[in-house]
Amino acid sequence: MSMIESCGLTKDYDGFVAVRGIDFTVDSGEFFGLLGPNGAGKTTTINILIGLARLSQGRARIAGLDVGEDMVRIKAQIGVVADESNLYDELSGYDNLCFCGSLYGLSPRLRQQRADKLLDEFGLSPARDKKFRAYSRGMKRKLTIAAALIHEPSLLFLDEPTSGIDVESVRQIRRMLQSLNNDGVTIFLTTHYIEEAERLCDRVALMVKGEIVATDSPARLIEACQHDNVLQLTVDQAAAPFLPALSQAFPSVHISEVAEATFAVTSEEILDIAPFALWFGERCARLLEARLVKPSLETAFVMLTNLDAKSMKKEKEKKGT
Amino acid sequence: MNSWTAFRGILAKDMRAYYLKPPNISWGLIFPIAWTLMFFVRSGSPVELTDVLPGVVVLSILFGTTSMLAVTITFERRSRSFERLLLAPISLSLLIGAKTAGAIVFGVINALIPMIWASFLLDLSGTNWALLLVGVTLTAIASTFLGLFVAVSVREVFEAQTFSNFFRFPMLFLSGLFIPVAALPFYLRPISYILPPTYGTDIIRMATTGRAVMPLGLSLPVLMVLIVLLFLGSMSNVKKKWIL
Repeated sequence: MSMIESCGLTKDYDGFVAVRGIDFTVDSGEFFGLLGPNGAGKTTTINILIGLARLSQGRARIAGLDVGEDMVRIKAQIGVVADESNLYDELSGYDNLCFCGSLYGLSPRLRQQRADKLLDEFGLSPARDKKFRAYSRGMKRKLTIAAALIHEPSLLFLDEPTSGIDVESVRQIRRMLQSLNNDGVTIFLTTHYIEEAERLCDRVALMVKGEIVATDSPARLIEACQHDNVLQLTVDQAAAPFLPALSQAFPSVHISEVAEATFAVTSEEILDIAPFALWFGERCARLLEARLVKPSLETAFVMLTNLDAKSMKKEKEKKGT
Repeated sequence: MNSWTAFRGILAKDMRAYYLKPPNISWGLIFPIAWTLMFFVRSGSPVELTDVLPGVVVLSILFGTTSMLAVTITFERRSRSFERLLLAPISLSLLIGAKTAGAIVFGVINALIPMIWASFLLDLSGTNWALLLVGVTLTAIASTFLGLFVAVSVREVFEAQTFSNFFRFPMLFLSGLFIPVAALPFYLRPISYILPPTYGTDIIRMATTGRAVMPLGLSLPVLMVLIVLLFLGSMSNVKKKWIL
């Protein structure tokens, strides 16, 4: 059964089309990821589905209910984690959760019980009575996710849930999300962390400039470029200035910048390192490392979107600051 | 689900997080006291005190409600915690009702301060307390919706304060609070008659002195119509600006 159905979903902000007629479905109990760079239209898509933005064209249904017409009933069934921790600074962690419970009509006893349980599950019990403003970034994120679960939603929307937080919190959040999904909660995640989508999602939709360019399981998306050889080259200088000339010199391969000084060279043919080493040598650059890598979702993303994986990493850094 | 649980939750949270905070309590107390002292101490005879009391009451309500609501809503929208309320499974009108309820209560409490002060200085035995409560409550509702109108229209707290002052201060002179509407230049009078405090002051004057410029049969329904118009205007603005 489909939990989310989107048909020709379009959002036009006074002439700027943020989402262009996208179609997708999310099955009940599925962990679905929407992957794309900044400005791809991921947040706008979520905002339409959760009722924070109006549809310009198209149709969307959640749990069989029409978005726009049955929004109050839809809201009772969904939990939303925004891309920023948006709880109340003046309230303690416990009071924030109880307040969120009241928004869903939970009785005082039930919301107290659930608040305690969630604080415990997220490892926040010791900070139960601390004001939200005193929480660390990771703790804030965890409490924000806990707040979205207080009414035990059957569908959870998460907009970049692990952006800009410490590694340990990221791991804990990912474990929690996996466990929730195992318990039957449908999860709709937007992320620009390719490895996060690869690790967590049953299916991923790749979104670029308001359009979905591919939707499938990470394994199948990777499989589609399985016949490709990927050679990762690391040089002793910044990669970006070399990229145009390098692409021109080797037109039969696809070259992208994956890190500050690293290129990914993708080709259906077996790749030879020597021409590259020579090419860099002629330009007074040293090839420090060359290794063949297994295609990953990142490779698939680059191939399918024609985007640089670095653009996603840049966004990651920006969000992390 | 029980929407009233959400209503009570939002109201209780606002009371706790904003209205019962020491700076706001002091604002709620000191501001009406300052207005009261300014007019009462300056005033020479008991007759004048009686005349300025309705104006002071309305002023306290107007400044209290508009300041608080404009700040709390703008602040929550800025920190995006307001999204949490927009995502609650309740109707937009109930949400707005819950957000404004705190400011209305705050406004009514603000109105009590000049009344308490006046009780030491004036003989209030002739006051129609029921009518006073009606006048105070309706004025608080109207002022709160004015504050809401401002809060919806701006993004920053400072903009809310600036925009509020843009209409609050002219209202001091145009709403018959201290200068009778009849004494205003004829071209300003039409403005006076579209301002809710004009009617609120008149109802409160009727309650405290037994005299009023307009009959209650006119001021009460007109004030209620203005409240409905302000509510509908704010709601339409909310839908336009908050649900993009």
